[in-house]
Amino acid sequence: MSDLIRKTAAELAGLLASGEVSSVEVTKAHLDRSAAVDKAVHSYLYQNPESALASAAEVDRARAAGEKLGPLAGVPIAVKDNLTTTDAPTTSGSKILEGWIPPYDATVVAKLRAAGLPILGKTNLDEFAMGSSTEFSAYGPSRNPWDLERIPGGSGGGSSSVVSSFQAPLAIGSDTGGSIRFPAAVTGTVGTKPTYGAVSRYGLIALASSLDQVGPVARNVLDTAMLQDVIAGHDPFDSTSLPESLGSMTEAAKKLDIKGMRIGVIKQLSGEGFQAGVTARFNESLNLLANAGADIVEVSCPSFEYAIAAYYLILPAEASSNLAKFDSVRYGMRVEPNENATIERVMAATREAGFGPEVKRRIILGTYALSSGSYDKYYGAALKVRTLIQRDFDAAFAKADVLVSPTGPTTAFKFGDKIDDPLAMYLNDIATIPANLAGIPGMSLPNGLAVEDGLPVGIQLLAPAREDARLYQVGAWLEQAHENIWGKRMIDFAPELEVG
Amino acid sequence: MAKAELMNYEMALEQFEVVIGLEVHIELNTKTKMFCGCRNEFGNEPNTNVCPVCIALPGALPAVNKTAVESSIKIGLALGCSIAPTGRFARKNYFYPDLAKNFQTSQYDEPIAFEGSLDVETPSGKVHTVLIERAHMEEDAGKLTHIGGSTGRIQGAEYSLVDYNRAGVPLVEIVTKPVFGAGAEAPELAAAYVRSIREIVKALGVSDARMERGNVRCDANVSLRPHGTEKLGTRTETKNVNSLRSIERAVRYEIQRQAHILANGGTITQETRHWHEDRGATSAGRPKSDADDYRYFPEPDLVPVQPSKELIESLRASLPEKPADRRKRLAADWGFSELEFRDVVNADLLDSIEETVAAGAKPQAARKWWMGELARIANESEEGVVPNITPAQVAELAALVEAGKINDRLAREVLGYVLAGEGSPAEIVAARGLEVVSDDGALIAAINDALAAQPDVIDAIREGRMQAAGAVIGAVMKAMKGSADAARVRELLIEMANK
Repeated sequence: MSDLIRKTAAELAGLLASGEVSSVEVTKAHLDRSAAVDKAVHSYLYQNPESALASAAEVDRARAAGEKLGPLAGVPIAVKDNLTTTDAPTTSGSKILEGWIPPYDATVVAKLRAAGLPILGKTNLDEFAMGSSTEFSAYGPSRNPWDLERIPGGSGGGSSSVVSSFQAPLAIGSDTGGSIRFPAAVTGTVGTKPTYGAVSRYGLIALASSLDQVGPVARNVLDTAMLQDVIAGHDPFDSTSLPESLGSMTEAAKKLDIKGMRIGVIKQLSGEGFQAGVTARFNESLNLLANAGADIVEVSCPSFEYAIAAYYLILPAEASSNLAKFDSVRYGMRVEPNENATIERVMAATREAGFGPEVKRRIILGTYALSSGSYDKYYGAALKVRTLIQRDFDAAFAKADVLVSPTGPTTAFKFGDKIDDPLAMYLNDIATIPANLAGIPGMSLPNGLAVEDGLPVGIQLLAPAREDARLYQVGAWLEQAHENIWGKRMIDFAPELEVG
Repeated sequence: MAKAELMNYEMALEQFEVVIGLEVHIELNTKTKMFCGCRNEFGNEPNTNVCPVCIALPGALPAVNKTAVESSIKIGLALGCSIAPTGRFARKNYFYPDLAKNFQTSQYDEPIAFEGSLDVETPSGKVHTVLIERAHMEEDAGKLTHIGGSTGRIQGAEYSLVDYNRAGVPLVEIVTKPVFGAGAEAPELAAAYVRSIREIVKALGVSDARMERGNVRCDANVSLRPHGTEKLGTRTETKNVNSLRSIERAVRYEIQRQAHILANGGTITQETRHWHEDRGATSAGRPKSDADDYRYFPEPDLVPVQPSKELIESLRASLPEKPADRRKRLAADWGFSELEFRDVVNADLLDSIEETVAAGAKPQAARKWWMGELARIANESEEGVVPNITPAQVAELAALVEAGKINDRLAREVLGYVLAGEGSPAEIVAARGLEVVSDDGALIAAINDALAAQPDVIDAIREGRMQAAGAVIGAVMKAMKGSADAARVRELLIEMANK
């Protein structure tokens, strides 16, 4: 197996810029890796090697012709299958969209193409990004390269497993309540949910519009920063996209300085409910930060107690409306009942057959939460909680520059462990959901292995809205401090996958 | 379908107080749609003005059309409304195949404009103040065509075609508060209100305001309650009544229908109703209750619209004259009698006459053309619309008559050719040689021919029986195919008799 696949995106970019390797070689190496391991890992729902290699060849041609190229030009990437692509089916993990080829590229995809990143394929996810394990993908789950019997996190388990199994140096994810960060934590990789509006949602198949955010996934902080710089920026097609630039994440990731930085520990996201090994590694990192001159303060966010309840009203409410468009009239699956095929019955039969159990559960929940008589009690109340959570963050960020917590309460669990217990599944996102409710940026990065099971643990960094750069500054420092202690990158502790 | 039993209108009014409420949808004439860059155009091939946004492809997002927002604010200001500092869009959720997203992006509890009023004059000359509850922005749905089945409705159709060209066209919905106290004039008031709204949006330039194209659509709510009672009766909502005349008829019909039911101890079903122009009746649509659950919630894909004070004030400064003021001005300028002016208003011909006068015609001449010959042609046409002729052409016709180039009879003939598309009146007169003949030589020759057949006419005129001249004038006209100057023929006859 080529050693190109173990290189970081930044390293590959350097080799490409100096002409030591071509994009075709790099792309080919990753495609070969997928051919060898993806049968076991199942990161991809779709790959189009010809298209990826053609893009790579075009970048090589442009470079040979001396054209001006972006910093990641030629570095291949995987894209979560809830972003539209004109050259690949886009299913969002659902049978209802099986085989649908969009006539337009998502803004993020268009930016990747313009920046010269060959697209290796579309990665697996829980159906319409509803889930924490990929077990709700209509096309079967992805597997965690650290232990193939365990989940790679969700909904973006395809993107987390694709980078952790060295099938791609970079991937795009989307995060509605932790779908980038939790998978990163359980696979020993890095993922950022940028500030709401920092990255365009145009072409992202909506789960919950007010919570969804597209973000970068990679194996280290610098690569993640470089990718965010490629995909961020105002988009007139997304009314909620921020008008202003948030500056260079790449520069922030190179500062490697945290002296005097105030690090806030969220009282409500530590201790009880977290696996012992998760808490132990978290406390070690706090010590590292303190010893390096950071100021560790405790902050209290009392409204977080209601975050999951509020989230599981707001999300289903928006989702029930966003998913109404899947009605068989214009695209996607169409099921006609044998008798009395009125349009209502065709719509109902299609949705019955096309949606999986978790999607149906959330549509029903959301429809109920919005119905007259329930609105104030449920959706309206949830919006109030959302405001309270934003206030908690405002108060916390008055005391701290960055907040920290474990990313997830546990390491990767085994397939089937939580599939029949929606509440247990929802609790995975207890630490990640508040950031989506408040629209603030969050990152998960490797934080060591839990003593009890030897599996990856993640640490989450949170910053005020528009201050994504702080995540990269602190994250890159912490990553370097860890690697100095471990002697290598955490991903290098992962077992070798059997190549077959 | 059997026609419902109706109570005599006067009896209905004796027993019940009429309460109406009107919802008028205005299609804006912006270049592009409400939430995407597709062209907002009528009459294109189906599904050619569509994009990922307006056919609701997965991943597509709306972006607000700024011009549509400005047009909506203008409408609000013209109706005396307050403009909301923050107008939020909301999703109105329901499944229907003409609604691509299966929700309509509309406004709910934060409309762009609210609390206004409009003075509306009915044909009797009475002025009613109609209170406006709100004017809000929303998007139109696509158009369904149901194939097979006898009714043209979705029920019973074999299949249906959807055209999304109209999906996402910007609409402003203007909703009145309940209108009390119109009494017997309620139907006329409903029509006059919609006419005023049309005049306003036309004057604002924000809509083509063509009812036959659905640019202005009215839903009329009607309820009755016994005189002296407080509680509002159950209302029906007659949907999409698309001409002023139909609005008046539909409201009158509903009053009579509901009165019959109530007087016989029945109850009114809260429902939407359809107006059938051919039968002059409404029929039941779908039941509608206040509990109709559209699960409105704030549209998370759009940020609230926050018009600045400066924008609102600059739009306010740009508003055209109010319709009521304009009427006062025109009435004074034109010098019509009160009755003549009211007839013009009721015939919805203010614009046409104003433009004809602007093109050089005298006001009375313009009025005579539009209220006379053109109105007659309109009434005889299938659609009941004023023929396809420009005010400038009418003015030209009037000028030709005024100058004595043609007489009234020739003018009507020329009008026929104008409507047939032969060109402008002057061109037609020249091309067809229709100018009045007032050349004495030609006229005397024709008179002599006519007298040869009726030799005793000259004697009759000498004896003072002027009516005898008519036969000769008629014969001369006939011989000259109507192009003779009748007045001159008469003068010549008298001269000849007096020789």
